[in-house]
Amino acid sequence: MSTDWLNHHHGHAHSPVHRMPAVLKLGAALAIIIGTVIAPLQWTGWFVGVGAVLGISILLSRLPLIFLLKRLLVLSPFVLGVTLVNAFQPSARFQWQAVALKSGLCLLTVILVSNTTPFGQILRVLKLVRVPMLLITTIALMHRYLFVLVDEAERMRRARLSRTFVPSRGFHWRSLATVVGQLFIRASERAERIYDAMCARGWK
Amino acid sequence: MHIPDGFIDGKTALVTGALSATGVALALRRVKRELPPRKIPLLGLAAAFLFAAQMVNFPVAGGTSGHLIGGALVAALLGPSAAVVVVTTVLIVQCFLFADGGVTALGANIFNMAIINSVGGYIIYQPISRWLGGIRGRVTALAFAGWCAAVIAAIACAGQLAWSGTVDWSVGFPAMAGTHMLIGIGEGLISALVFLAISRTRPEMIADTSEQSRRGMGVIGYGLLLSLGVAIFIAPFTCRWPDGLEHVATKLGFEHKATPSLIHAPVADYRIPGMTWAVGATAIAGVLGSLIVFAFAFLLGRMLVPKKAPEPANS
Repeated sequence: MSTDWLNHHHGHAHSPVHRMPAVLKLGAALAIIIGTVIAPLQWTGWFVGVGAVLGISILLSRLPLIFLLKRLLVLSPFVLGVTLVNAFQPSARFQWQAVALKSGLCLLTVILVSNTTPFGQILRVLKLVRVPMLLITTIALMHRYLFVLVDEAERMRRARLSRTFVPSRGFHWRSLATVVGQLFIRASERAERIYDAMCARGWK
Repeated sequence: MHIPDGFIDGKTALVTGALSATGVALALRRVKRELPPRKIPLLGLAAAFLFAAQMVNFPVAGGTSGHLIGGALVAALLGPSAAVVVVTTVLIVQCFLFADGGVTALGANIFNMAIINSVGGYIIYQPISRWLGGIRGRVTALAFAGWCAAVIAAIACAGQLAWSGTVDWSVGFPAMAGTHMLIGIGEGLISALVFLAISRTRPEMIADTSEQSRRGMGVIGYGLLLSLGVAIFIAPFTCRWPDGLEHVATKLGFEHKATPSLIHAPVADYRIPGMTWAVGATAIAGVLGSLIVFAFAFLLGRMLVPKKAPEPANS
């Protein structure tokens, strides 16, 4: 289990792209994504334009190119799989190049936005467009404890590895399941404590 | 099963988006009404748990590994409405923070993984666990429901891709259904084992979920949503209305009037007899497969939980 890809890149937090208001950035990203998905392949101008905008923003944001490429590769197994299947089974009414191009551009857009916008600002935008409060609370709590729980899972996995060797596959499955179950128990105990802490600070 | 951007066209994105928004709104309302305020942080923590649990890889045959989808497991632990909220949260964060799953495909992903996988899984889980009773019944039911939920969600995914014109149904359906029939075995097994592990350590945590879903409204709402999904994404490809029409045309003897259009579609023509047979064969195979998996789930339940299940209080 590698937790490497979880980390975001916030190295140059002061570029123009980072400083752009989150509403504007998310709106523009949404417009680009929807436009790219809907646009037929004949609109070469649109795709070139989107590519240019993305290229300029990447340069301005000063995100390392290697980092972006790596992220793009990690995230596109589905795209690669479908394009491979279609490359070997060519059907006339479907151009897999179009799909690969479109999803590549959209992926790049999301990667760019998510690496230049702090999550709190994204939440504020969600609140602005009237996403229900319960959902926002849940999303915020999840984001807060996501990394804590991932670390906890990793610690438990390491502890189990250092104490047991794996004699059979059945045992392996059972011990993994115990780890996951234990993780759930710890998460719910933590939730109880969080509720108490929230109440102590005057929540609701 | 996360569909990226570009694989779902405009109309499919709109329809799945509308269905998912309705489903999530319904789930949020029910959660707000039924869940005590004490449990509200649990939703966020459960979402974080699911995210972390999805990163744990399980060995599958031949050196490959798979991971949990988890909708059915969370539904069995927290109830269906809470599960919809939890899985939706996971999908939203994966989409916006980690670019896993497309923005325009978010509706489709929520529909497949949060609604079909959780609620569908729960609809299968609940009657079986009540019928068999006890911890053993629950473990059996969850093993079976986990498998079914994974397969149904995969089929719906194939349907949406076919409707968008991205992956042909004749390619996508066998690929998605086939792989998820295998992945589903792992999903069911792991869900059952995790559920069992939790029930052994903290039995009171899983004691109180069965009383949810008694209210009629939610059941009707979810039922409507699920059947709409099946009607839109799956039924058109399995029933093949045009073939039926063509059949009628041949029978009534006016097919010669339509000859100009038939020239363009010789493929659709020769498929008719084979297609109906294939649909029947697929259906029979599906039913047989489910029965076999259920038998395995039953055996698994007997194997894992001893006859006298240890009572929660004194274990």
